[in-house]
Amino acid sequence: MSHAPARRRTAAVVALALLVVVLALASLGIGPVRLSPLEVATALFGAGDEITQIIVRDIRLPRTVLALAVGGILGMSGAALQGLLRNPLASPSLFGAPQAAALGAVLVIVAGAADVRSWLLPAAAIAMAFVSVFALLAVAGRNAGLLILILAGLAISSLAGALTALAMNLSSNPFASLEVAFWLLGSLEDRSVRHVALALPFIAAGAMVLMSRRSAFRVLTLGEEAAESLGVDVGRLRLLVIMGVALGVGGAVAVTGTIAFIGLVAPHLMRPLVGHDPGRLLGPSALAGAALLTASDIAVRLIPSATNIKVGVLTAIIGVPFFLYLIVRERRALGGGVA
Amino acid sequence: MSAAFVEAVSLAVRLASRQVLRDVTFTLPRGQFVALVGPNGAGKTTLLRALNGLIASDGTVRIDGTPLASLDVRERARRFAYLPQGHLVHWPLPARDIVALGRYPHGAVDPARLPEKDAAAVSRAMAAADVVAFADRPVTELSGGERGRVALARVLAVEAPVILADEPTAALDPRYQIDVMTVLRRVADDGALVVVVTHDLGLAARFADHVLVLDGGRLVAQGPPGVALSDAILADVFRVRAYRAEHGGARVIVPWSELP
Repeated sequence: MSHAPARRRTAAVVALALLVVVLALASLGIGPVRLSPLEVATALFGAGDEITQIIVRDIRLPRTVLALAVGGILGMSGAALQGLLRNPLASPSLFGAPQAAALGAVLVIVAGAADVRSWLLPAAAIAMAFVSVFALLAVAGRNAGLLILILAGLAISSLAGALTALAMNLSSNPFASLEVAFWLLGSLEDRSVRHVALALPFIAAGAMVLMSRRSAFRVLTLGEEAAESLGVDVGRLRLLVIMGVALGVGGAVAVTGTIAFIGLVAPHLMRPLVGHDPGRLLGPSALAGAALLTASDIAVRLIPSATNIKVGVLTAIIGVPFFLYLIVRERRALGGGVA
Repeated sequence: MSAAFVEAVSLAVRLASRQVLRDVTFTLPRGQFVALVGPNGAGKTTLLRALNGLIASDGTVRIDGTPLASLDVRERARRFAYLPQGHLVHWPLPARDIVALGRYPHGAVDPARLPEKDAAAVSRAMAAADVVAFADRPVTELSGGERGRVALARVLAVEAPVILADEPTAALDPRYQIDVMTVLRRVADDGALVVVVTHDLGLAARFADHVLVLDGGRLVAQGPPGVALSDAILADVFRVRAYRAEHGGARVIVPWSELP
């Protein structure tokens, strides 16, 4: 039997987990005060210099935890959607949930109801992520095919984008619009333990829902009809995946703004590692997403610039060419025909 | 005919305001090889899907006396193994893992950690469908004929009492067509009920014990090949005349000329 690939898989996942730990320690050490990994580890365990402890635990830890959790859920959501849709081009933004979540937050900011650190903002973002998913299911119908889901998701994300633009357009407060524009770019700066406390339960719940269905993605490789004949309730699976993605991504977007392309890139990097098995892709994709976002967040702090580069901007700059490369590759796989 | 194993009573299916099946009634025993034939659009695939509950239908389906409606998806999946057309596989998984998906209805969800009895079922199915030689190769790299056999092995691995196969020989070369039918014939001889949709009346006449003829959503004939594929029915349903012969004790039917 094929034990050798299984062992290689385990070794790769362990190596990836170690990379995530190293990146997390580096992230905790980088800032106006540079700290060595040893100083960081000491401070984490509540020993050493008191100021160092405050820097590491109160200022940098929330940012690092959010980078890990948000990157992780984005990677896992991408893997789940790609498994559900059996399409390597799927990503969370496909269903419009992040855009809708962003709209919820933007409405709160423009209405002047809250600043970017208020509880109201994440609550509105999560609520809108839910609304978008329910709207998607209502438009697509109970037993909709994947094409209809994709089109409905496209319509909903476009609508959310248009309404976001409208909200900014109509805002009488130019400072609010500026705030929104920056928030939309996606950032992990100045996040507090309050942000972590609000986002984490939703991210964890979403991850649990998605992980519980992972073996169904393997059966779906045979197509929906065969999967159904093998005992997968495809309608229910679709609902659960969308719920899991809405929970996780809604919670994430609420505190970071929109961070794109992690959900597309992470599953792709991991797919060869797990033998292209969609049932094994979720965990490694979460690790890869966590590593990618943490590394990006380190990079924006290291790149010399007059103002801070937002991490969402960096992931988009790296992600879009990758996306184009995937489209070209998939087009070749489909026979190289011109669309 | 021996005791009914799968019964359909007044089965009817409406799809998008079109009556695709109407008033289909039959009983089939264990251990039979049944060919389901009919012109394009007669409702053959719809009937297969209605039998295992993939689509909603009016009327009743019973398996071994139990109404289909009282079984949940997993219980249905253990009773009816279904081979759809096309043998689609989306990701390049090794053939062995695809075959192992046949154990999903039995709760063996991880191909890398199959319980012993599930691993044994997978090995038996791979041997029966002759796919052991390329068990570790990604299915997407296999030829059409090899992929068809992997799909067949996946269906056999369920070890269900009923196998529903939708055109399992389509797009296969003659050698593989005979291979697939021979494997399914053997499964029927071992006690399963095998229902095969096919356009090949010759294969139906040679391998089947019983033939169901659908036309325009109605069951217009059923019986042994000699009865259900009579000249009158071939003329009526398919509008063809057939060449008939016997070879090595088996019936040979070859559609030969069209009727006006």
